[in-house]
Amino acid sequence: MEERIIASKGLYTEFSRKGGAAPTATHYCPGCGHGIIHKLMGEAMHDLGIQDRSVMISPVGCAVFAYYYFDCGNLQVAHGRAPAVGTGVSRAEDNAVVIAYQGDGDLASIGLNETIQAANRGEKMAVFFINNTVYGMTGGQMAPTTLIGERTVTCPQGRDPGYDGYPLHMCELIDNLSAPVFIERVSISDISHIRKARKAIRRALEIQRDGKGYAFVEILSTCPTNLGQNAEQSTRFVNEQMEKEFPLGNFRDLADQTEPICRADSVFKKKAIDDLFNLDTGSSPDAVLDPSFPEVQIKAAGFGGQGVLSMGLTIAHAGCVAQRFVSWYPSYGPEQRGGTSNCSVVISGESIGSPVVQESDVLVAMNRPSLEKFAADVKEGGYILYDSTIGECSIPEGVTGIAVPAIRIAGDAGSEKAANTAMLGIMLALGITGLSAQNFKAALSATFSGKPKLIPLNHVVLESAVSWANENL
Amino acid sequence: MATQLVKGNTAAVIGALYAGCDCYFGYPITPASEILQEASRYFPILGRKFVQAESEESAINMVYGAASAGHRVMTASSGPGISLKQEGVSYLAGAELPCVIVDIMRAGPGLGNIGPEQGDYTQVVKGGGHGNYKNIVLAPNSVQEMCDMVIQGFELAFKYRNPVVVLADGVLGQMVESLQFPEVAVMPEIDTEWAVSGTPETRNNLVSSIFLDFNQLENFNYELQEKYETIKEEEVEYEDHMTKDASIILVSYGISSRICRSAVDQARKEGIKVGLFRPKTLFPFPARELKEIAASRECTFVSVEMSNGQMLEDVRLAIECSRPTELVSRMGGNLITMDQVLEKIRKIAAEEE
Amino acid sequence: MSGKKEPYPVINIIECKACGRCITACPKSVLLMSTALNERGYHYIEYTGEGCTGCANCYYTCPEPLAIEIHIPLKGE
Repeated sequence: MEERIIASKGLYTEFSRKGGAAPTATHYCPGCGHGIIHKLMGEAMHDLGIQDRSVMISPVGCAVFAYYYFDCGNLQVAHGRAPAVGTGVSRAEDNAVVIAYQGDGDLASIGLNETIQAANRGEKMAVFFINNTVYGMTGGQMAPTTLIGERTVTCPQGRDPGYDGYPLHMCELIDNLSAPVFIERVSISDISHIRKARKAIRRALEIQRDGKGYAFVEILSTCPTNLGQNAEQSTRFVNEQMEKEFPLGNFRDLADQTEPICRADSVFKKKAIDDLFNLDTGSSPDAVLDPSFPEVQIKAAGFGGQGVLSMGLTIAHAGCVAQRFVSWYPSYGPEQRGGTSNCSVVISGESIGSPVVQESDVLVAMNRPSLEKFAADVKEGGYILYDSTIGECSIPEGVTGIAVPAIRIAGDAGSEKAANTAMLGIMLALGITGLSAQNFKAALSATFSGKPKLIPLNHVVLESAVSWANENL
Repeated sequence: MATQLVKGNTAAVIGALYAGCDCYFGYPITPASEILQEASRYFPILGRKFVQAESEESAINMVYGAASAGHRVMTASSGPGISLKQEGVSYLAGAELPCVIVDIMRAGPGLGNIGPEQGDYTQVVKGGGHGNYKNIVLAPNSVQEMCDMVIQGFELAFKYRNPVVVLADGVLGQMVESLQFPEVAVMPEIDTEWAVSGTPETRNNLVSSIFLDFNQLENFNYELQEKYETIKEEEVEYEDHMTKDASIILVSYGISSRICRSAVDQARKEGIKVGLFRPKTLFPFPARELKEIAASRECTFVSVEMSNGQMLEDVRLAIECSRPTELVSRMGGNLITMDQVLEKIRKIAAEEE
Repeated sequence: MSGKKEPYPVINIIECKACGRCITACPKSVLLMSTALNERGYHYIEYTGEGCTGCANCYYTCPEPLAIEIHIPLKGE
């Protein structure tokens, strides 16, 4: 006689990863809700035809061994990190159906941040949150969802909000976010609740099948062992006490008006990467070994906005164009964002040792604090170029100090902002860097390639500064 | 060959792009932030995946997810962030997942400051998280190597199914130098033997680091140790600069090694027989090579590092304390100067006479 | 065996942990707890042998995925 059989689907027919004396029985305690939920999820995965696509993420907690049971790809992950791991899987594999299975400690305590943030990004994953108000695996400690007055081994007198805070309402928290597609709280306390839970679980997985985004199902569940209840008491506890604190119901279902999220395929072609960096047009010739070229160490300093870092980069570019070895190293972090900034530039005929200039051949100081800070580190025979607006200042013995009207030269040419370029002109005129006018002009063109209008202006400033130097020095 | 001036942090991202890395997850921290920023700029244009994670823990666990799916995935951080990632790194090692982590070291402990340091040596080279595991650790000393070692890192990560750390510092991350762009772009393939990618071929796979049975876990640990022994046999890399006849051997990696090279060149001009031994792999540490030097002649080893002798311990272990060892170090964000190294070299040379 | 085509549960005794949830869930009260123990030392559920309507309440309520199956004969020739 033909029969219709209602039996477990989507789960393994034997739990060989578990093994032991009864490889077809779960590792869960009698009356535990996990097995009921596993069955509902497995059935939905099977019926929706998504087992091949599914990646089940087992948490840390009693369901740490969820991978014993679910017939699909399985990951076991660190405590509370399932939504982050799920994000990684989902982004890497757009077609994967990511399912996170988490208890109350895992999801609402140690993993609260991951939970909220993955929900807020609307990651494509279904999160099943098993709330039974207690830590199971570790032996009955207080959970973030433990009820007021409920006794656990770490609140033996009952949870006292004055000391332990209040139960966390995860559906309500997540319902404050814009991205989630589906949020529902159900219970598996008894058969009528189980049937409703079955629908919600199926809905959350349908949304994953269709790639529509984040679905969250909180399932009020039973932990007879740790709460010292029998089947009937555990059912009553969920129905009468938990439901009062955690009202059941659908908070959100936007599946019908939500479009699937489709992410792009990764491109690995070399040409595509080369083009990102304009390698065909934007490359320099390689440096050429030339030990006869005297190494030049330059320090440029000023306050933020004076363009000392970009000036340094332009010198480095010029060196690069001239096929010299170059390095540039900036001050970075808060120092750069407020107050003074500086950079080191080294131009050499050989590969460069330290890129950090301790003693410079040239110091370019755009303001007084910079000059005072670095003047003593200029080598004998070296130069200090400083803006003439700084006024009187003491230059160390054996060092040539030049007050350059850089701001004026730049202003006359059209923009005071190009004062840093004027300093380059002085260096060029003095021949300090061993680089040519062509090198500097090419470097300026590269520096301002994003703002081509500024290229002629900077070339003019460079030339004006050279003229000033030729006339005055 | 295409060459451009590139920042060290950017070079790491360029390396990742050519290495076939298609997932980047990270969290901002100075002086590593440009890696995150450049990834956010370039990855999406190529359809590759980028997420600014909510925390370092999340970033490393996103790495765990994408690595589980068989993809080439990278993250980067600096000291405090690496400390936070250690849980995830232990899980990656335990689940034998490949990935590349770039550490742009800054000064600690605690919040410390953002200046360059090499104080993450121990937490990165020795494992760092819980359990008997090792990371493969590569130590670049130039912008070029920031790129090249990320590429090499992915090869090693997948060859051994093991996390790889590219251990650099604030100077290497922030400095600009010429970079010769890679000549090859890797077309990655998913290994369906172990990956869990949400596909029919990978449906029966499990990525996990849990072994309930003590003996099983012990056996797994022994297997890991065998893997590390193979890595020690096969993957040691170092650079030798004038150590052949040297009686003073500077041992230094990263930015410190460049200062050492300048110091060696200067001291050689003064007639002092000094050389530089630069480990390019910190795990595996080139212990055998150092031991051979120690056995071949009387000499003094000087560990030059921006940390409190963390690498010096490995030098001593490598040479089994058979020769005198010295330390030249700076901490707190300060760089070692050439003069400081020269002073030590001259002092040892004077004592030798 | 009567010719009547009635649904019936199949109980895999070794998997039962005697939590008793199915007994509460059964609308026809046709499931009982055994007095004997299974080989793992638990009491287990027994079907009285008639009265099952195939509602599957026991299947869905049972925490052990493989412990209960419901067989429903199909109408036909």
